[in-house]
Amino acid sequence: MQLFFSGLLAVLLSACSGMPLRGTGDLGLVVERASSHVTLVNTSSREAYARIGGLGDLSHASVVYSRDARYAFIFGRDGGLTKVDLLEARIVKRIMQSGNAIGGSISQDGRIVVAQNYTPGGIKAFDAETLELLSEVPAEYAPGSFSKVVGLADVPGNKFAYALFDGGEIWVSDFSDSKRPVTKRYPAGLQPYDGLVTPDGRYYLAGLFGEDGIALLDLWQPEQGSRKILEKYGRGEEKLPVFKMPHLRGWSVAAGRAWLPAIGRHEVLIADAASWKETGRVAVKGQPVFVMASPDGRQVWVNFAFPDNGWVQVIDTLTGKIVQTLQPGKAVLHMEFTPRGEAVWLSARDDNRVVIYDTKTFRNLGSLAADAPSGIFFTSRAARIGF
Amino acid sequence: MSSSRFLYALTAILLGSLAMPGMAELTAARQKELVHLVRQDCGSCHGMTLRGGLGPALLPATLADKPAEGLVATIIGGRPGTPMPPWHRFLAEDEAQWIVERLMAGFPE
Ligand code: HEC
Repeated sequence: MQLFFSGLLAVLLSACSGMPLRGTGDLGLVVERASSHVTLVNTSSREAYARIGGLGDLSHASVVYSRDARYAFIFGRDGGLTKVDLLEARIVKRIMQSGNAIGGSISQDGRIVVAQNYTPGGIKAFDAETLELLSEVPAEYAPGSFSKVVGLADVPGNKFAYALFDGGEIWVSDFSDSKRPVTKRYPAGLQPYDGLVTPDGRYYLAGLFGEDGIALLDLWQPEQGSRKILEKYGRGEEKLPVFKMPHLRGWSVAAGRAWLPAIGRHEVLIADAASWKETGRVAVKGQPVFVMASPDGRQVWVNFAFPDNGWVQVIDTLTGKIVQTLQPGKAVLHMEFTPRGEAVWLSARDDNRVVIYDTKTFRNLGSLAADAPSGIFFTSRAARIGF
Repeated sequence: MSSSRFLYALTAILLGSLAMPGMAELTAARQKELVHLVRQDCGSCHGMTLRGGLGPALLPATLADKPAEGLVATIIGGRPGTPMPPWHRFLAEDEAQWIVERLMAGFPE
């Protein structure tokens, strides 16, 4: 039945002139990490409607959307950058932009897509329309030394903030002139592993792997420089091994506080999002990977690194207590809330399934088959700062 | 059995017996689990195709000059000060050895 539906839709969609008019606000895609495919999904009908292949190595692939939320830009591990049309369910353009990439972001005005690369370390800016290279900023933090780039986030003013894993710095590149970006550098600390910008675009945070703490830059007053928050959260205790690096994004802010994964501790750290002082922590099942607030900020969902990646826990942001512990499937890699958060989709890689939960009742609403699913990306990201 | 598979199996047996005299062969089921672990969970840092990510590439060409014992020790004990974690809770020494041999020969799918 589902197959018939997607077949029908494909036929309808490919008959271009006769394409049914529809918006994309309830569409999205699921990355199938091992098979170079993405599955296009509809979050209203909770169904897959098309599948697109030939996308290269999609381990750690991430996706951003054009500002009209029609096109997905998929950044593959192998440096592939693919523009996919969600309505026509086809690849519009595909380029190989580097040897080893980790993600990307799109500018405030929607005209520039930027990829962040491990090798060669740096960022590259492309025309969102044509995927033509506009400019690049090599992450050369010392003469001849290039850094892996992590935590790329779009910030207001057609700027992008990112962190240098090897260089220990935060860089902010201004693409007002997209062919001649201007970059400012700030100290971060030892081994920043990812970064995020708060939903209002004001603060950039870089999580540190090599030391306890998070580097913070106030983008409204960058002249004040960066500083460190949540310093020494490990209290000098020995770190637990980290079998997978946590991921940070703007979804970490909820109920006036930031909810952040600790490194090497089975804890979520809570900081006041104005003073940036620690206000508490929550003990959880394992090393947190995604600490993700629901769109209304009432809940924070947490998944975990190997070997605890079969668990998901839900924190109530009012009480700071865990209200639910779930086992959605084997190897839960990612979660994504529907635009207003009545449901959350989770990928269970080793069960080859995407599982959907009701966020109010925690009832399982169903599942979709997918081949080793990893990232799930809905078009609601198109309108968010920092994505 | 195709000739390449035969050769592969032969190499595996030879390597196994050279490196681990008297050590029991890993069961086929365990080998399958290890392949999955390396591709998926080591892959989160080294890339699913092992061409590198936050961690370096683990391809025959990049590992060729490195002594196998050192690589086994890295897997078992991790590398303090870097994101490479110790895997001794999940991997026995002979299993890490098996992984290193497979990595150096070209890792199975
Ligand atoms: C959390 C990230 C992470 C995970 C997961 C991880 N590694 Fe690593 N690994 C690294 C990093 C980073 C290095 C480089 C360390 C350094 O700078 O010396 C490394 C180094 C290595 C090396 C040494 C390579 C060389 O050229 O010297 C081997 C071998 C290795 N890892 C194997 C594995 C295996 C096998 C697994 C899974 C069982 C694994 N790693 C999982 C991050 C990781």
